Amino acid sequence: MTSLASLVRAPIDPIAIIRMVSNPGNGAVLLFLGAVRQVNEGRHVTGIEYAAYEAMAQRELEAIVTEASTKFDSADVAVQHRLGELAVEEVSVAIAVGHAHRDAAYAASRFVIEELKRRVPIWKREHYTDGTREWVDPSGRTSAGAPA
Amino acid sequence: MTVTLLLFASYADALGVSSVDMEMPRESTVGELLATIRSHPGAERLPPKPLVAVNQSYARLDSIVRDGDEVALIPPVAGG
Repeated sequence: MTSLASLVRAPIDPIAIIRMVSNPGNGAVLLFLGAVRQVNEGRHVTGIEYAAYEAMAQRELEAIVTEASTKFDSADVAVQHRLGELAVEEVSVAIAVGHAHRDAAYAASRFVIEELKRRVPIWKREHYTDGTREWVDPSGRTSAGAPA
Repeated sequence: MTVTLLLFASYADALGVSSVDMEMPRESTVGELLATIRSHPGAERLPPKPLVAVNQSYARLDSIVRDGDEVALIPPVAGG
């Protein structure tokens, strides 16, 4: 895999994504991992299913990588987001940033996760211990989806 | 003209489909397309002003759609 932004169905390899942003000039290499949490808003989660508008999600991820690099002093940035069924503790998103210095690396990493959550068309459906499933709506409104 | 409307996640569940080919008059806007889909069973569960993308870029309700365009209704995103 060589693309700096990708949607993946196989488990994310943190070492592989670190290598994508490592080079002799980067004195700071930062890895952020998002993982599936067992309890969300008081409900016990057994797993999560991630779905995407894949063509657009790919474009938005690529745009975010480019923007992060432009905004934060040519930082090297790579991001991978998992799709499909994930169990608790599995990694859903990985962001690796390399830069000469840590300040730009931390800022770029934060920028990428916040932009990803704001605009990349990816959705998650939580599966609960009682057998119900529900699309998560971070905006707090009631989901249009009925439990299945 | 024909426009393909894509639905995802909770919106696809609400309407029971993930893709609808819609016949629209030329120079229709995204808003007019939305008004047309309102007659589809389940569409009452869509919010009044959903996020929309045209050809994989976020668009406004007054954006013009063209023959062959891919229009998507984007539920609140929840990546990460």
